[in-house]
Parts: sequence; structure tokens; C-alpha cells
Amino acid sequence: MTAPATKGSAGLRTTPARAPTLGGFADGTLITLALGAVILWFAPSGMGRYGTYVLSLWLVMAIAVMGLNLTLGYAGLKSLAQAAFMGIGAYITALLTTKTGISWYAAFAISGIATFAVGLLLGFPALRVKAHYLAFVTLAFSTLVWLVMRNEQWLTGGVFGLSNIPRPSLFGFKLDGALAFHRFVVVVTFLLAVLLWWMIRSPWGRAFTALRENPIRAASLGIDTRMYTLLAFAIGSAYAGFAGALYAPLVEFIDPSPFSLSQSFFLLLMVVAGGAGYLLGPFIGALLGVVLPEWLRFAGSLYLIIFAAIVMLLLIACPQGMSGLIERGWAWITGKNKAGGGR
Amino acid sequence: MKSHWIIAAALSAGIALPASAQDKVKLINVVELSGAGATAGTNFKNGIDLAVAEINAKGGLLGKQIEIIHYDTQTNPGNTRAAVQRAIDEGTYAVLGPVFSGPIGASMQIAQRAEIAQIVGGEAAGLTKQGNQYLFRTSLSQAAAMPKIAKYLKDTVKAGSVAVVWVNNDFGKGGRDAIIPELEKAGIKVAADVSTEQGQADFSADAIKIKNANADAVFVYLNEEESARFLRAAKQQGVNKPMVGETTLLGAKVIELAGEAANGAKGHVGLSIDAPIPAFQEFGKKFQAKYNYASDHNGMKGYMGVYMIKWATEKQKKFDKKGLADTLRGATIKPSEEPGILMETTIEKNGDLDRESFLAEVKDGKQVITATLPKINP
Amino acid sequence: MDPGAPLRCGRDDASRSNATLNEPSENTAMAEFIAYLIAGVATGAIYALAAIGFTLVWQTSQTINFAQGEFVMLPAVLVLLAIKLFGAPIWLAAIIGIAAFILIFGVGFKIAVVDPMIRHGVLPLAIATMALSIIMKEGAKDGFSAEAQNFPSFVPTDTLSIFGAAISLQHLAIIAVAFAVIGALQWFVGGTRLGRQMQATAQNPTVARILGIPVERMVLLTFVINAALAVVASVLISPIYLAKFSNGEVIGLFAFIAAIVGGFNQVRGALVGGLIVGIVDSLAAGYFSSQYKLAVPLVLLIIIILLKPEGLMGRREERRV
Repeated sequence: MTAPATKGSAGLRTTPARAPTLGGFADGTLITLALGAVILWFAPSGMGRYGTYVLSLWLVMAIAVMGLNLTLGYAGLKSLAQAAFMGIGAYITALLTTKTGISWYAAFAISGIATFAVGLLLGFPALRVKAHYLAFVTLAFSTLVWLVMRNEQWLTGGVFGLSNIPRPSLFGFKLDGALAFHRFVVVVTFLLAVLLWWMIRSPWGRAFTALRENPIRAASLGIDTRMYTLLAFAIGSAYAGFAGALYAPLVEFIDPSPFSLSQSFFLLLMVVAGGAGYLLGPFIGALLGVVLPEWLRFAGSLYLIIFAAIVMLLLIACPQGMSGLIERGWAWITGKNKAGGGR
Repeated sequence: MKSHWIIAAALSAGIALPASAQDKVKLINVVELSGAGATAGTNFKNGIDLAVAEINAKGGLLGKQIEIIHYDTQTNPGNTRAAVQRAIDEGTYAVLGPVFSGPIGASMQIAQRAEIAQIVGGEAAGLTKQGNQYLFRTSLSQAAAMPKIAKYLKDTVKAGSVAVVWVNNDFGKGGRDAIIPELEKAGIKVAADVSTEQGQADFSADAIKIKNANADAVFVYLNEEESARFLRAAKQQGVNKPMVGETTLLGAKVIELAGEAANGAKGHVGLSIDAPIPAFQEFGKKFQAKYNYASDHNGMKGYMGVYMIKWATEKQKKFDKKGLADTLRGATIKPSEEPGILMETTIEKNGDLDRESFLAEVKDGKQVITATLPKINP
Repeated sequence: MDPGAPLRCGRDDASRSNATLNEPSENTAMAEFIAYLIAGVATGAIYALAAIGFTLVWQTSQTINFAQGEFVMLPAVLVLLAIKLFGAPIWLAAIIGIAAFILIFGVGFKIAVVDPMIRHGVLPLAIATMALSIIMKEGAKDGFSAEAQNFPSFVPTDTLSIFGAAISLQHLAIIAVAFAVIGALQWFVGGTRLGRQMQATAQNPTVARILGIPVERMVLLTFVINAALAVVASVLISPIYLAKFSNGEVIGLFAFIAAIVGGFNQVRGALVGGLIVGIVDSLAAGYFSSQYKLAVPLVLLIIIILLKPEGLMGRREERRV
């Protein structure tokens, strides 16, 4: 569904209609999410700390990608600052939990609120001009945030980063172990995914989808386009903040490098490769972006080339990403009924 | 449609697959092979490969062949942590790498928790101040090198003021933060304090700024390629003050890239294939023959790191991971016992190294060693 | 004047230690300014050369090529690779490397990557070019070298002194070529039949097709021109920047900023944007906290977008794809 999204406005639909399937299969999405959460709860048994860590990292990145998917896949806005927002969340959480001793839950909430607010502040002037230019403003913003993280050593630790970031506890249980923290991440990811699922099904989300499908019609129906897109961007950014709040205790160390502009591009890659505008797309995208390179390590020094080639070929074969490919495959298997796959 | 969960499960299974145990000892190197640290990391990797090939050719370690695996960190802390965790899960005997301080910071607790020695290429002073008993350097820390440079600037160059130009990453910032107090202590004024970007291509503006600062000398603390670009730009802008630096200013790579502009550069060198020690030059030749380019100090670090492991293993006569770290801590390794260490090296309790080092100058496109500095605690 | 450097302290006896803090002669301050300006123009010309590619490709196919920086990095590496592999003399290596590059990344890129994806909008294609940039970068690293390499200069490395500021012939050559290329492009687009056909294709492919213009061939032509420009930029800057796999990152980003500042839909916008970004960059390094010098062109970018979203030289785009 990227064709309409990419042009911001008045795109020509070139892929089969998907909108009618949305309502019917939303519950299927919810079931998939719940099932996935259960599988992931038990998945790490016998996988070792490394496998567990990679699964956790995948989910954390998936949260950031979910947010960007809302911004890009549903609202059609290109944000090049998702990693920067993730960094804001990560640094807020790291600083609050290490220096002030505030609980992780409060830091998590503050990270989300702060990134939401920054998203509003940043999006408002940019969207006033034209949706298109949000990309350029966020590009500049992304680098500015990175510079502050790197240069303000008294606060952020600069290039040396912040270490010994504590992991949260739950009802008195310490979540320091790899498995315990992984399960915590599974729960948080599940809750955030369900929240997003609910938002997209709500009247607000429907307005939003209408906006993506046909902005001119949406505007003529009295939808305040700018308000909706701005909110979508801010919520998408808040999800990055949440992801950052989980990333910091997961790695237990942060420095500016995972929050650079190139990482924002990489998150964008995950959204599109997973399938922009599909609710489960971010999980597939993050799987491609986080787990696939790890899995390809057996290929030695060529692993990044193979990874990039897979992504490129995937997009050439199916510009709707993995979700689109799966949808297409499903439609083919079920004899071209446009069931929309497992969406 | 659960197929992506199936894919996930399949992929996870792939990850979890244990490597088959053979009559080999596994060493895993977690290092920057892509991203900002790729050049340093590739040298480190090549140095390791060279040492491992030598050891295996001579019958291996306590009769076992070394199986070396390299994992790329993409110079990203999150990925580094994953890779170090993987290395430990896969039963590595010791962790080699990484080279950049950020990724080291992100991964050192894991090796510490697993009680496995981690032999890193980082030079930032802070790394060994955290009480980690399992972290070992392969080069002098900046805290050890900078007083020597300050003394050199004061006594030999006789500079009253110095312009400092540094690369804004953990290496450069660490060096800058270490040299400035030393300069102040020596009564040398800092005439300019110029930060440059990692991978910066154009140094014209920085060279003009340095020129206008009009200091008695310029302290250059950049990575090799940036050093070469800076030297060229400085020459172009007519900066004719002495260029003083560390290993990264005087290396063979810088001389090759900067050409004539490198002549006259001088300073302190920790590890150098041009040092007047036959073992160093021998290493330089072997490296050149195998990889067809000259090793920088990171190549030597990787090489020596493997030999540190070899020495300690033969000393403890078994493959005990914790014992390896215990043996290394506080040890002094002499080339007479282990030629691969190249020069006498003392490993201090906190993982820092103490070694001889050199003062050098670039003359007619060659690095010339002018003096050998003793160990700090001989 | 340098908040990031509290330790700066001018030497008492140095008359020129800091042109703005001490009482310098007007000439010194002026010479310093001119020196920064010239350095900025030279850097800006490089950004401009790379930025032209962005605007060309954008105009004909509404595509953003995120591998543009790698396009500038690779030709020099290919030339050196040809020397290394075949032991070819430099002129032969240059021909092999450049021909291979234009074939693969001009024609091949268009046919294999752009054509199948162009119908699906900008984004999947832009992401595919990101993947391409990883392939090019990693390929250059693994296939050639992780180290920077010297690249022979076709221009003498001497310097001239202009108003007391040093400028190298290499920089002058870059400036001259950038202007010449843009002049030639303008002439080609406005003054030749082929160029006008290309322009018509860029402005409205549907109408162009009706008028009997071979639209496909015109689009292909822009990609070939883009690759050729990347070659020119690569050959000019590699002697100064050295040939290295990671060089594209910086060049690509700054060229992208230059294209936005100048206006994506104008070739001469790329020139103006490139020069502005280069000069601002240089002056920022000279007169602003060096730790934050990167911020200055970006703040400029935000201001320009908010005031004149289509870029300084750009025209408002009414056309929709």
C-alpha cells in the first residue's frame, strides 16, 4: 500500500484494494498478535542468552518500526528521525533511572510523553508547509539531536556513552536475567501492538485510513487532514520513545551511534521491507532488519551484501514488502480471492 | 497466516544451532568490520588471522588447532552486545575485540559476568577504570601516552602554545581530554581546540583555523586517513609549524597517503612496524606479504592479543577460561618466552599495559625512531 | 566566538592569534574570511556536482537515489581495482573502470532497479537504493580495500595565492568543471533537440509520449548522464578525499542537503545549493563551535524549507504523478 502513501496525495492505486478486508481480518490480526506473544514467551527456552537477546532486540526495534509504520504506512508521512526519537527516549530513560533513581515505569511514560511533545512541536511547522517537507525537517532534526547526544558530555556521556543502565523490576521481581527481561519485553510489545491495533480500528483510525486512501475525499468529508497527520506523526514518534525506553535497559549501555541518521534510514527500510501500512508489517520488517543479518553471519564477511541484496530483490519483486508478498502468495494459493492473507 | 512466526522460529532455530565441537579451540573476534570503525576493525582482524595462521602452522595451542571466527559489530553497541553474547554462548575460549570504546563499553559487562577474558583494542582511558577484572588492552592507554607527548612538546619541541585538532569520536575525544590537562600542567597554552568529524573529507577550513591560531606546534589526534587529509590541507594552507602526534600521525599508512606533506611530522609511537625492533619489522613484512598493504597499530594489537592468549594458555597448561584471565592479570610477558608478543609487556591489575614506546619523526617519507622511552614502572 | 572551546587563549605575542579577538589588521581578518570562502566554494562545487545527479534523476523519474554518494565513491575504486587486478596502465584502467561503472550504474541501475519499481511510487524505490548503497559500500570494502587509497590527480597539486589565501589548482579545477558541467547541461537541455526532448519528458511524460518523443530512451539518457557526472565528480575529488568505500556517506548527505536547499527540480539549483552548503560549512568550521559545525547547514536547511519550501531556485511543482 505504499503507492498512495508515497506521494502524499492523489496517488494512483496500482495494487488490489485492501481496504474492505480491514475490518474482517482485524480480529485475525489480534489473534496472530496474541499467539505470537505466547510463542515468544516460550521461544527462548534452549536458545541461550544470545538468541534470547536477539529476539528481545527484534521486538524493541519492532516497536519503533510500528510507530514509523503509523506515520508512514497509515498517514503517508516520511519521517527521517525515528532513530533520533528512539534516542531521546533511550537517553531520558537511561538518565532518569541511573541518575535520579526514578522507576523505569515512570521513565518509560516520560519518554513517551516527551517524544510525543517533540513530535508535535516538530511536525506542526513542517506540516503547515506541506506533508512532503516533513522528511527534510526530520532529516535536519535527526542530525541535530545526534550532535547534542555526542557533544553534551556532561549530560549524555558524549561519545563514551552511558553504562550500567538498570533493568526494571515487576512486583518486586528483578528482571535482570535475559529470559525474564525478554518476557517483559514481549508483554510490553504486545500491549503496545494491541493499543495500535485498537487505535487504527477506532473512528479516529478509520478517518486516518480514509485519509491515506483518498486525501481529497477525506478533506471534502470534513476531516481535518492536518490535525490527523500531525497526531499520527506524534504518536509514531512516541512509539520510538517507548522503544528507546526499552532499548536502554536491554543493552544496558547507550551511545549516540544507534540513533544516527543512517539508523533512521534503516528503520524506514524495515517499514517498507516489512510492508508499509500492514499492522504486522513492522514485525516482519524488524525481523528482516535485526534477525536476518544475525542469521546470515554464517556467510562471513559477505553477510551485509547478501542482506542488502535480499532486501533489494524483495522490493523489486514486490514493492509492498514482505507483507505484500505474503498477501499475494495467499491470494494465489486460495485461488485469487482477495482475502488479504493474514493481515 | 502465521508463516512469519514460522520463519521466526526457523531463523531462531538457526541461531540457536550449536557449533559442532571438534578437537579445536574456538576463539571469537567481535570487531568493527563495517560502519565507522571498519578500517580499524579490519586491521585488527587481519592481525589476528596472521597470528592464528602462524600458531596453527606450528602445531596449534597445546596441540589443538585454533578455530577463529569473526563477528561484525557494525560499530553499533546493540549489535556488539549481541555478538559478544553469541561468542560466549558458542563457548569461545576468550573474546577478542572490539576496538572502539563505545562497543567495548556495551559488551564488557557480559564477558565479565561470564568470567571470560576480553582482549580489546580500545585506548580510551576510562575503560580500565571500572574495576572490570576480565578486560585487557593490547596497547597503551591514552592516560599513559599523553603525559609522554606533553613532555615531548615542552622539552623537545619547546612549544609555548599548541593548537589541538582531534577527531570527535571516542578515540579522539579521549585523547583530547587526556592531553589538555597534561598541557596545562606543563605550562603550555592551548591556542586552538578544533574538533573534526569522523570520516571528514575536507580539512581546508580546519587548516585555516589552525594557521590563524598561530601556535608553536600543532597536536594532531585523528585516525590515519584523516591525519593524511589534514596534513595535506595544512601544507596547502601553508601551516609550517611542527605537527606533533601519536601513532596515528606517524604510521606508514599516513606517510603513504599524505606523501610529502607527512615529512616533519613527529611525536610518540606506541606500536609501529617501523620501530627499531627486529620483531616489529618482521611482523610488518609478514603482514605486508599476506595482505598486500602495511599494517597499522590495530593490526599489531590483534596480533599481540592472540599471542597474549597463547602465552597464558601455555603457562596455565589448560584451556580454563577464568584461569586465562587470572594468568594474564599482573603478568609480564617477555619476548624470550613468547616471541609473538614482540616486546616485553606488563599487564597491570586493571588490564592496562606497560611497555616501552618510541619517539619518532617522519623524514624523507620514512618513519625514523629518535628515542626509546622506558616503561613507566620498569 | 567559539563557545565549544573554552580553553582557547590567544598568545599575547601573536599578533594574528585570533583575528576577531585581538586587534588585528583589517587585512588579516579579511584574508582569513576569503580563505574560508574559497575553501567553501571548492567544497561546495563538489557537493554541487553530486547534487546535480539528485536533481536530474528526480526530474525525469521522481526518484531519490540514496546511493548517490556511493555513485561518486565507486568509479575511483573501480579504476584502482582495474589497476590492481589487471595491472592495467592508468589510462586503460580509467577506461575500463569508467565504462564498467556507466554500464552497470547508468544503464543497469535504470533497467534492473528503477524500471520495475517506478510505478509503485518513490518510497520502495528509494529504499531499494538504500540497499544498493549498502551493497556498493560493502562490495567496495570487501572487493577492494577497507583502507583509503591514493588516487592519481589529473591536475597538478600546486597552490596559488589569492588575496593572501591559498587555493590549490585541484580545487580550482573542481570549481571550473562544476560550472562547466552545469553550463553544458543547461545548454544541452535548452539548446539541443535531444535536450529539449529530455526536458519535455521531465516536465510531462504523457504529453511527451503523445508528441512522439521516445520517453523511455530519454529517461535512460538521464541515468547515463547521472552516472557520467558521478564519474567526473569521483575522478576530481578522489585525489583530495582519497578513494575509500565509506566516502559516499558524507558526500551523499551533503549533496542531498544541497539539492533540497537549491531546489530539487532545477539543475542550477544544485549548483546554488551546493555552493551555499559548502560555504556555510566552511564558515561554520571557521567561526562557530567546531563540535557543532554540522548543525549550521542543517539549521539553514530548516529555515529555507519553512520559508521557501521548493528550494531557493526551485519552482513549485503542480504536476502530480
